[in-house]
Amino acid sequence: MAEEVKLFRTWSSGYALRIVWALKLKGIEYETIFEDLTNKSPSLLQYNPIHGKVPVLVHDGKPVCESLVILEYVDETWKHNPLLPQDPCEKSMARFWANFGDDKLMKSISQLFIAREKDQDVAAVEALENLKLVEEQLKGKKFFHGETIGYLDLAFGWFADFVSILEEIMSLKLVDGERFPHLSSWIQHFIDAPVIRDCWPPRDKMIIKFQVMREKYLAAATPK
Amino acid sequence: MGEEDRVILHGMWASTYVKRVELALKIKGIPFEYVEEDLSNKSALLLKYNPVQKKVPVLVHNGKPICESLVILEYIDETWPSHGLQLLPKDPYERARVRFWAAYIQQLLESMAKLFNPDHKEAQEKALEEMYEKQRILEEGMREFFPEESPNVHPEKLGILDIMIVSTLGAFRAQEEVLGVKTLDPEKNPLLFSWVEALIQLPVVKEIIPPFEKLVSLLQFIKQNGIRF
Repeated sequence: MAEEVKLFRTWSSGYALRIVWALKLKGIEYETIFEDLTNKSPSLLQYNPIHGKVPVLVHDGKPVCESLVILEYVDETWKHNPLLPQDPCEKSMARFWANFGDDKLMKSISQLFIAREKDQDVAAVEALENLKLVEEQLKGKKFFHGETIGYLDLAFGWFADFVSILEEIMSLKLVDGERFPHLSSWIQHFIDAPVIRDCWPPRDKMIIKFQVMREKYLAAATPK
Repeated sequence: MGEEDRVILHGMWASTYVKRVELALKIKGIPFEYVEEDLSNKSALLLKYNPVQKKVPVLVHNGKPICESLVILEYIDETWPSHGLQLLPKDPYERARVRFWAAYIQQLLESMAKLFNPDHKEAQEKALEEMYEKQRILEEGMREFFPEESPNVHPEKLGILDIMIVSTLGAFRAQEEVLGVKTLDPEKNPLLFSWVEALIQLPVVKEIIPPFEKLVSLLQFIKQNGIRF
């Protein structure tokens, strides 16, 4: 029976990229619908009326929202090349760290990203503490789950790309090889991995996008 | 599971997050030990088991800690699949729907928590509006799940959404006592209201609901002192 799989995404969303990778790693054919979030399509609003966000996966007409929920759905529906560990304890750890990445890590990186130059050192403290925890998780492993790419690598994938963009825009070094040998190594392996490397959004476009974003934040925060 | 199954729950008597796990364990009939934590003076054991967040609940199963209430609920369901009933449906799409709404109920809880910060009146009103809006969306969303007016609450059929709903909204009377406003209006949210009322009648839920007066005192204390959990 022919399956219909559609993915609503934007060109730059790291959350949507998780699903692109998951589908490609499992060899699932799908149709891509690129959204302009300043002008959302009626379809997107119909499939995700509550949040109006990407990604949304639509499988045979049924929508699934929230990227980590979608990852689990993809893994449970297409069971080959599993992304999540089988063992319940390891699975729980994966879910825990994915939540950590989306919650604590992302918040601290965002805080750093919108900090003025004079405030950067202070803003970096929390981000560095969180990165130390991630570093610990990668000790003795090539990827988060071992030798092959899985759920947690996809969950942290946005960071592999974004860190170098942040470092370039802000002229600082966040993940240096001495302080974070395992994290640095993971970034190198992940960025260049088969399937993963074909999906990155254009770097020059990303630099411009985030540069503009940072400038907007700084301008808005300037006391009048 | 093996004969040497040891399950310990580190919790705090009023924590919504802990209640979720307590309820899941009881629904599934899993024997466990309970350790009450003093959150102003966290035990060395808690800090060892949850060094990242230093929070409750932590479930320790044969020495291995699991943290974060929703992660723990899924762990319980996967580890003891044939104990009692399944907390999550089997079908991947239905599972995705439950996970989506469980996360949404969590967002609702976060809105409700804002009401207990001792902010000025304007901030309170804004927080209230935010909460009512989320409840409205939840009410509509849950209508899709249940074709009848009120969900069929049966002790043999409780799942993650029942657990999330009763842990988040079950103490609404105590909250209303402290805040002086309705936090669960039967007219605005008839489905949620009747669902919660049916859930809090169940013996398994009655076992875990904190005593009313004690909870009111705590909520008053939190509101006056702006404690954030």
